Amino acid sequence: MRRFLARRVAHGAAVIFIAASLSFLLVHLAPGDPFAATLDNAAIDPAARDRWRAEYGLDRPLAEQYVRFLGQLATGNLGPSLMYHRPAADVLADAVPHTLLLMSTALVVSFVVGVALGAWQAAREGSAGDRVAGTASLVVASLPEFWLGLVLLMLLAYRVPLFPAGGVVDLGMHDALSPIGRVADRAKHLVLPALTLALLGAASIARYQRAALLEVLPQDFIRTARAKGLGERRVIWRHALRNALVPTIALAGLSLPTLLGGAVFVEQVFAWPGMGGVAASAFAARDYQVVIGATMLGAVLVVIGGIATDVLHAAVDPRVRAR
Amino acid sequence: MGRTAIDTASTAGHPEAVASSVAGAGPWRAAVRRLVHDRSAVAGLIVLALIAAVAVAAPLVAPYDPLVQHDIVALKNQAPSLAHPFGTDEFSRDVLTRLMYGGRVSLAVAFLSVLLAATVGTAYGAIAGYLGGAADTVLMRVVDALLAIPRVLLLIAVATLWNGLEITGLVLLLGLTGWFGVSRLVRTLVIGSRDSEFVTAARALGAGDTRILVQHILPHVVSPVLVAATLGVGNVIVIEAGLTFLGMGVQPPHASWGSVFHDGMNAFASSWWVSFFAGAALVVTVLAVNLVADGLREALNARQLPAR
Repeated sequence: MRRFLARRVAHGAAVIFIAASLSFLLVHLAPGDPFAATLDNAAIDPAARDRWRAEYGLDRPLAEQYVRFLGQLATGNLGPSLMYHRPAADVLADAVPHTLLLMSTALVVSFVVGVALGAWQAAREGSAGDRVAGTASLVVASLPEFWLGLVLLMLLAYRVPLFPAGGVVDLGMHDALSPIGRVADRAKHLVLPALTLALLGAASIARYQRAALLEVLPQDFIRTARAKGLGERRVIWRHALRNALVPTIALAGLSLPTLLGGAVFVEQVFAWPGMGGVAASAFAARDYQVVIGATMLGAVLVVIGGIATDVLHAAVDPRVRAR
Repeated sequence: MGRTAIDTASTAGHPEAVASSVAGAGPWRAAVRRLVHDRSAVAGLIVLALIAAVAVAAPLVAPYDPLVQHDIVALKNQAPSLAHPFGTDEFSRDVLTRLMYGGRVSLAVAFLSVLLAATVGTAYGAIAGYLGGAADTVLMRVVDALLAIPRVLLLIAVATLWNGLEITGLVLLLGLTGWFGVSRLVRTLVIGSRDSEFVTAARALGAGDTRILVQHILPHVVSPVLVAATLGVGNVIVIEAGLTFLGMGVQPPHASWGSVFHDGMNAFASSWWVSFFAGAALVVTVLAVNLVADGLREALNARQLPAR
C-alpha cells in the first residue's frame, strides 16, 4: 500500500507540475501584456510603467521567467491581485475553505443518496419505482447547475422563505448568536448550494451505481449467498454492494473536476465566497493572477482528491494496488 | 446482404475478420434496428430534430425579427399571449423569436466544438495508443494534467487573458478543452486492438502503420466516440449557457439561449417568462440529447459478434 501511495503521489506531483507549466504557457500565449489592463493607461508615466514591468520580470527572457515562476510557486507566491491589492494567494486562501466545505458536503451527500438510490433501483429492476426513479435521475442529471440553483433559490428562499438567499453567514446577526446558533446559521446557508450540487451528483451516481449493481447481481457468488439462505437485503448490502461500490468510488474521484466547475456557477448564484465566485469576479476585473491561481489551485485540489479516492479504492479493492 | 462463399470460407473461425468483412451490413443495421425500438431514444431524436429544424429554418419560421424592437412602450414586457406565445422582453422583442435564433447559436457552438474535440481527441489518443511505450506515457501524462484542471476554471482563465471571447474563439476554446476524455477513451481502445489478429494479418499483407491505424483500428473506435460526442454536445450546451450566464460566453450581437436567460434574470420578478422559456429550451434540449446518447450506447454496445 505504501508503494502504491508513493506512486500515486509521484504521479500527482507530475500532474501538478505540468498543469502549472501549462498555466504559465497560457499566460504568455495570450495577446498583449498581462498588465495591459492596468499599466497601459496613458496617464501613467512610461518610466514608471517600465519599472513595474522590470519588477515583475516581464522584460526578461521567457525561460528565465519560467524558472522564476516555478520558484515563486514553490514558496506559495501566486503573484499580486490587482483587484484586491493583496497577494493573490491570500485572496484564494480565504476563498478555498468555503469551496472545500461546499464541495465536500455535496460529494458526501450525493454519494450516499446516489448509492442508496442506485441500489434501491437495482433491487427492483424493471418495476414502476425503478422506472420512475430512472427517469427522475436522467432529468435531474440533464439540468444546468445554475438553472437548478436558481430554481431552488426561487422556490425555497423567496416563494417560501425557508432558507437564506445567499452568502455564507447572516452578516447582521451572526456574531451576536450563541456558538450553537452560529453553527446553525452556517448550516442553514449551506443547505441550498450544497443541495444543488448534491442533487446533480446523486442523479449521475445513482444511474452509474444501478448499472454497476445490475452487472454484479447475476454473478455466481450472489447466487451462492442466496442459496445459503441469506435474506435479500443482506445479499444486496453485504455482498453485492461491496463489489459494485468499487467502480463508484473511482467515479467519485473522476467527477471532482466537474464538481469544482459546477461549484463555480452555484457559488455565483448563491453569492458563496468560494474559489469559483472569486474567479468569476476576477474575470470581470481582468485580474489574471487570481484567475490563473484559481486554475492551478483547482488542479491541486483535484489531484489531492484523486489521490484520496485512489487510496480508498485500493483499500477496498486489493487488485488495484498491484497495478 | 448475402455473404459469398469466399467470404465465409476465408473468415471461418475468425470473428474479427467477419466483423471487418460484413461491417458495412450486419452489425450497423442491427444497431439501428435496436435504436429504433428504444422508445425514449426515438423520442429524444424527434425532439432534437424538431429543435434543430426550427433553429436552421429560423429566418423563415420565426414570427418576428429578433432584433427589431417593435413598439417599445406598448409591447414591453408582455406576458405570454396569442400574439406572443412566449411573451416579450424588456426591449419588446418577441421571446419565441429570440429563442429560435438563439437556438442557432447554442446548437452551432455545441455541435462545432464537439466535432473539433472529437477529432483532436481521436487523433491524439490513436497516436498515443499506437506508439505505445515512453511516447504514450508522456502524452497521457499531459492529458492527465489537462483533465485535472477543472474545465470551467480553464475557460474563465482563457477568457480573462484574452479579454473576452469572440464566437469563433468560444467554439475553438470549448473544442480545445473538451478532447481530453475522448483521447483517453480512444487510446484504450487502440491499445486493445493493436495486437489483434486482424492487425497482424494486415501487417503481414504489407500494410503500413497509417493504413492499419486508419482503415482497420479506427472503425472500432467510432461507436464509443460517437456516444461520448453525443454526451459532449449536451455538456457543451450547459457549459456555454453557464458561461454566458456569468458574462463571459456569447456576447452581443450574437444571442444564445444562455444570453436570453441571462437578460431575463434582470427582470425576473416581473417578467418570469423570458428566463423560464430560455431555461426550458436548455433543459428540454439537453434531456433529449442525453436520451439519444443513452439509446446509442445501448444499441451500439450490443453490437458485438456472437461468440463462436
